[in-house]
Amino acid sequence: MSETTSEPVGEPKGGQKHDGHPGHDHPEEHAGHGHGDAHAHGNSPHLAHHFDSYQQQFDAGKLGIWLFLLTEVLFFAGLFCAYTIYRAMHPEVFVYAHYFLNTTMGAINTCVLLISSLTAAWAVRNAQLGQKSLLMLNIVITIACACTFMVVKYFEYSHKFHDGLLPGPRFHPTEQVWEVESFKLKHPEAAEYAERLAKAAEEKKKKPAAAVAIVPGTEQPTFEKPTEEQLEPLVKAGLIGPLSEEPGGISRPKDAHVFFSCYFFMTGLHGIHVLAGIGVWIWLLVRASKGQFGPKYFGPIDYAALYWHLVDLIWIYLFPLLYLIH
Amino acid sequence: MTSMSILLALASEPKLPKLPDSPYFWMPPRVSTIAADSDFLYEAMTWGSAVCAAAIFYAMWHFCTKYRAKSRAANEVAGQSSEHNTALEITWSIIPLFVCIALFVGGFKGFVDIRTPPKGAMEIRATGQKWKWLFTYPGLGTPEDMLHVPVNTNVRIVINAVDVLHSLYMPVLRVKMDAVPGRYTDLWFKATETGDFPIFCAEYCGTSHSDMLSHLIVHPPGEYETWLSNTIAKADSVTGKDRGAMLYEKQGCSTCHTTDGTPKVGPSWKGIWGKSESMTGGGSVTVDENYVRESLMDPQAKIVLGFTPAMPTYKGKLSEKDIDGIIEYIKSLK
Amino acid sequence: MASPSTTADAVAPRSSPGDDNYLTHDKGIASWAFTLDHKRIGVMYLISVLCAFALGGTFALILRTELLTPGHTIIDHDTYNQMFTLHGAIMVFLVIIPGIPAALGNIILPLQLGAKDVAFPRLNLASYYLWITGAVLMLTSLAINAVDTGWTFYTPYSTTTSTAVVPAAFGAFVLGFSSIFTGLNFIVTIHKLRPPGMTWFRMPLFVWALYSTALIQVLATPVIGITLLMMIVERTLHIGIFDPALGGDPVLFQHFFWFYSHPAVYIMVVPAFGVIGDIIPVFSRKKIFGYKFIAVSSLAIAFLGFLVWGHHMFVSGQSVLAGTIFSAITFLIAIPTAIKVFNWTATMYKGVIHLDTPMLYALAFLWVFTIGGLTGVFLAVMSVDVHLTDTYFVVAHFHYVMMGGAITALMGGLHYWWPKAFGRMYDEKMGRLGAILVFIGLNVTFFPQFILGSRGMPRRYYNYLPEFQHLHMLSTFGAYTLGAGFLLTAYFLAKSLKHGKIAPANPWGGTTLEWQCPSPPPYYNFTKTPVVTQGPYDGYENLVYDEKIGGYLPRPNKAEA
Ligand code: HEA
Ligand code: HEA
Ligand code: HEC
Ligand code: CUA
Ligand SMILES: [Cu+2]
Repeated sequence: MSETTSEPVGEPKGGQKHDGHPGHDHPEEHAGHGHGDAHAHGNSPHLAHHFDSYQQQFDAGKLGIWLFLLTEVLFFAGLFCAYTIYRAMHPEVFVYAHYFLNTTMGAINTCVLLISSLTAAWAVRNAQLGQKSLLMLNIVITIACACTFMVVKYFEYSHKFHDGLLPGPRFHPTEQVWEVESFKLKHPEAAEYAERLAKAAEEKKKKPAAAVAIVPGTEQPTFEKPTEEQLEPLVKAGLIGPLSEEPGGISRPKDAHVFFSCYFFMTGLHGIHVLAGIGVWIWLLVRASKGQFGPKYFGPIDYAALYWHLVDLIWIYLFPLLYLIH
Repeated sequence: MTSMSILLALASEPKLPKLPDSPYFWMPPRVSTIAADSDFLYEAMTWGSAVCAAAIFYAMWHFCTKYRAKSRAANEVAGQSSEHNTALEITWSIIPLFVCIALFVGGFKGFVDIRTPPKGAMEIRATGQKWKWLFTYPGLGTPEDMLHVPVNTNVRIVINAVDVLHSLYMPVLRVKMDAVPGRYTDLWFKATETGDFPIFCAEYCGTSHSDMLSHLIVHPPGEYETWLSNTIAKADSVTGKDRGAMLYEKQGCSTCHTTDGTPKVGPSWKGIWGKSESMTGGGSVTVDENYVRESLMDPQAKIVLGFTPAMPTYKGKLSEKDIDGIIEYIKSLK
Repeated sequence: MASPSTTADAVAPRSSPGDDNYLTHDKGIASWAFTLDHKRIGVMYLISVLCAFALGGTFALILRTELLTPGHTIIDHDTYNQMFTLHGAIMVFLVIIPGIPAALGNIILPLQLGAKDVAFPRLNLASYYLWITGAVLMLTSLAINAVDTGWTFYTPYSTTTSTAVVPAAFGAFVLGFSSIFTGLNFIVTIHKLRPPGMTWFRMPLFVWALYSTALIQVLATPVIGITLLMMIVERTLHIGIFDPALGGDPVLFQHFFWFYSHPAVYIMVVPAFGVIGDIIPVFSRKKIFGYKFIAVSSLAIAFLGFLVWGHHMFVSGQSVLAGTIFSAITFLIAIPTAIKVFNWTATMYKGVIHLDTPMLYALAFLWVFTIGGLTGVFLAVMSVDVHLTDTYFVVAHFHYVMMGGAITALMGGLHYWWPKAFGRMYDEKMGRLGAILVFIGLNVTFFPQFILGSRGMPRRYYNYLPEFQHLHMLSTFGAYTLGAGFLLTAYFLAKSLKHGKIAPANPWGGTTLEWQCPSPPPYYNFTKTPVVTQGPYDGYENLVYDEKIGGYLPRPNKAEA
């Protein structure tokens, strides 16, 4: 590490052209404690050598974090784009597969993240006001919420793994969609009808085709004409009709695994961001415990909170796009 | 040259297509109705660019000689000239803009023409697979490895791919279209001259991308029909081992398999019949009727040790008669 | 017109080797490896990028040698395919994207802003190590079983071939983040660390160019990141996003890829515009013509560059309507570029022109880039592109703009700022010889490829019809000339480090701020933040050449405190 020559700070440049925020005028001196950074200005431990003032440093950091968030948005935008295209191409797959997701767990996670966003925002205020213990408390709550989120996600994932709901060639669902609770709740009649259809199809398979054909009109002996309520959810989810894997019978739609590719890819990448966030908050908690933040120097908390709001925001989009499909 | 003499020549000495000498410096000969249009734009741009590049070169040269400094020590001061001139700058923005609009309109018209096949065009299917073009003609069950078309007739080629992207490119026609697995694309043309012209694969597709060549054979009026009926008759009559030998060439097996014992992309067929082959992932299999059939219908099911799963499936492309022929042919390669 | 107020101490007399400067400030490997100093990071980038260039260039020479004859000359099919893939990937991701911004920009940008460093020095060092990681990953692919997909990684080939695609693609992914962080750093630096008095329209054109470039880096690169990630996951887990066999769409990959990679071509060339914009006025001793137009046209190019990606896909099966829109917008880019070319040329009018090495490179750039750009317009004409796409015409086009444009400008910038960065002058005669060899080699290598392509020679061809051989041979000899030019350059530049004349602070008479601090600059660049009172290309008449030091000093009577 190169060492610093203590070199006088350039004269304050009052008229300098920085897009300063009027409300945030921080004096140059910083009476904070904490250990001198290798690049600190004489008695301003957190002011890097190449900045002239805390204000300038804070503004630079703020612009930097916003740009970083922009790249994050674009990073996810690629995925959202792929999602949109596949949903437009195979709407039935998305209708079919979303029944397998646990909306309650998703909703819990949404709440948990919203709370953590609130505490993160509060933490910024605490840092600005120099409320050390409140700051630490809010960070702890944020971390706790983030961990809760990950635990819930863990249960969701292991459930999916267990049920064979995996992307690509590993996709072997153990349950038919009409046996799934959420489908039954939403479309009881359709579920019951689907059950019967499936049974009939099975029967038909067992009997030699010739036997069925003997008496004309006996192919569907037990069925009355299905009603709209019975039929529509099944067609929409691609279980019967031309989009089904078994056009004559009842099955799942073709390429249904693509939904789980999207699901795991998007939530997985989001999860990685949550994990990264947890790491950052822990680091900040340590720094906060040393009392490094105060009215003049609170940038890192501010930046982390902004990042955390973005992670939250992405989830706010993911939740309806994956869990709440009509 | 009549097309029959071309075919005779090809039969005796097949292989590399040849690009005929061209009357144009930049471009190969023009053999389609589209060519003249797109070449006109190309030429206009070539001349325009030459003038533009020459003008800039001249200006550079002129300024560098005329205003060249004597030496650094002379400390000359630049002469008076304005540091910007809005009128001038707008002029040299507007002129290129008009040039560009003209070029865009020209290119757009040409493109719409290239991409809109006329109604009632004759249809031929082209399939790209590693590393061979296969052309399927109406009424002919087995595909051919060359593209035969009648002169002065609208032809639409419906293109797809088996494995990866390819691109059907015929320079003398100035047309090209990607072959995409899982979907159909098309191109059309009307050939205006008879002869034998090269077909290239223009989208990178792996090892032998640059050998994925073929011939475009434009027949004089009437001869295309004769060729087609002869070929149909011949294709149906060949059976057994000879049918296998024919398919070996026409289905493109020869791009990956040899019959002389040297391995290529796939194992050589010489002497494999009845042999026991080791498989990737353990185990071994005796090469018999069922194994050959499986290798064709589901080539990825068992992979011979030391080879990659490069072989495309032939499911739906070979009839029972074809498979029997291939089996007989492999049997015969002792 | 007043000269800068800090002239007196800033245009220090030449520094002698004993002086404290950033090269001598600390000693030892660790002082380099962990440095946060922008100049040192820039120098490390420069060395790394030049090594990568030598490697990519060596691959190119192997390619060209193979193409001397049809069929087998020195290597086989698969090796050839791996060679051009690595050549393309190395040149694009390792050389030309970081070349001007990360190497030259890092050294020069803070100096031109009179700043002590970039806004985030740690992030800057992190970008550098990301670059190293990316490079190592690419070389890993080379060592295992080099990737053979072409630099475009098109699916489904890339998801099915048996070569080491994952390390290479992951390398490109990591390099993307290196590029994003550099861009982010520069944007913040330019916004927040400009010195007093430097308004937006007093920024040197190099700064403008880096700013526009950084915007593209930040906005486009994440998309290639996610695309490569999806491709990698597709390849390893078969998730069916791009693979048609699993319900995916291979053309979607192309859209994603070019959404980044078209803007990326402007990441490569816009910094080059900046270098040229700085060199031409200094060597013409005359204010640049149409400063504002040049500055703003960079932004226009950056913006339009996002809307044209589909011009790489006219024959991919995309709809005619989409093609039409992409083609139309592509033409619009020619306009801001034309403005630049004409303004640079006009700057020389009535100037006092010094044909030193940097200027020779700038002139070479001007002409060669024009040809490259004009042939880009051929490709934007849809009906003509149907014939030309995926032929050597495209290869010639992009080498004219990338090799002839960006690399030539990189060489120009390297020679221009060499005395500043290393405090030594190189042998001027050798410099000019190198520039001329490169210019000749360049045209002999790539001009025949326009003819080849027009006549129908497809690209990525190991084997070719014998009809094409003469032009291929010509091209190969051109490549050898290029190799000679670069070897010569490498030799005399390396030699100058030890044996070159000590460089003055301002050897060319530039008026941008970097020429106000000593060569090489001290650790903190400026002892006092300079105050800017004039435009970047004002005040040439206030500098006089001093033969004793071989550089410029302020005109004595006019200099004021
Ligand atoms: C530095 C990199 C760079 C730059 C600057 C450009 C600049 C341009 N490029 Fe190029 N391009 C590439 C790198 C670059 N390109 C690469 C790498 C590929 C291939 C990738 C691959 O497939 O592997 C490619 C491919 C490519 C294609 C696709 C070809 C194909 O595969 O079919 C097209 C099509 O439109 C195109 C167009 C253009 C245009 C219109 C410009 C314009 O920006 C040029 C503008 C400049 C001028 C026009 C010259 C100056 C102007 C004047 C002198 C005024 C007079 C002008 C007029 C009247 C028009 N380029
Ligand atoms: C920046 C980009 C860049 C640069 C500079 C170059 C430079 C060169 N390229 Fe390449 N090229 C590409 C980007 C670039 N290329 C891309 C993207 C592709 C497409 C790949 C694909 O299809 O996927 C391609 C493809 C490509 C092909 C086509 C292959 C094919 O389609 O089959 C060919 C063939 O001639 C070629 C040749 C050359 C040559 C002769 C040079 C020469 O200019 C090289 C000259 C350089 C040297 C000889 C190095 C010598 C240097 C030193 C000795 C040390 C120097 C040190 C100092 C100066 C200090 N390149
Ligand atoms: C793109 C290359 C390619 C083409 C075209 C191709 N094959 Fe193959 N083939 C392979 C490869 C690679 C293997 C070895 C790996 C495997 O078992 O799948 C193979 C294996 C085989 C085997 C098993 C050989 C053994 O030694 O066990 C048979 C039989 C076969 N191919 C027949 C054919 C026939 C018939 C055709 C044409 C109709 C054909 N192949 C076309 C690549 C190809
Ligand atoms: Cu098929 Cu290239
Ligand atoms: Cu482009």
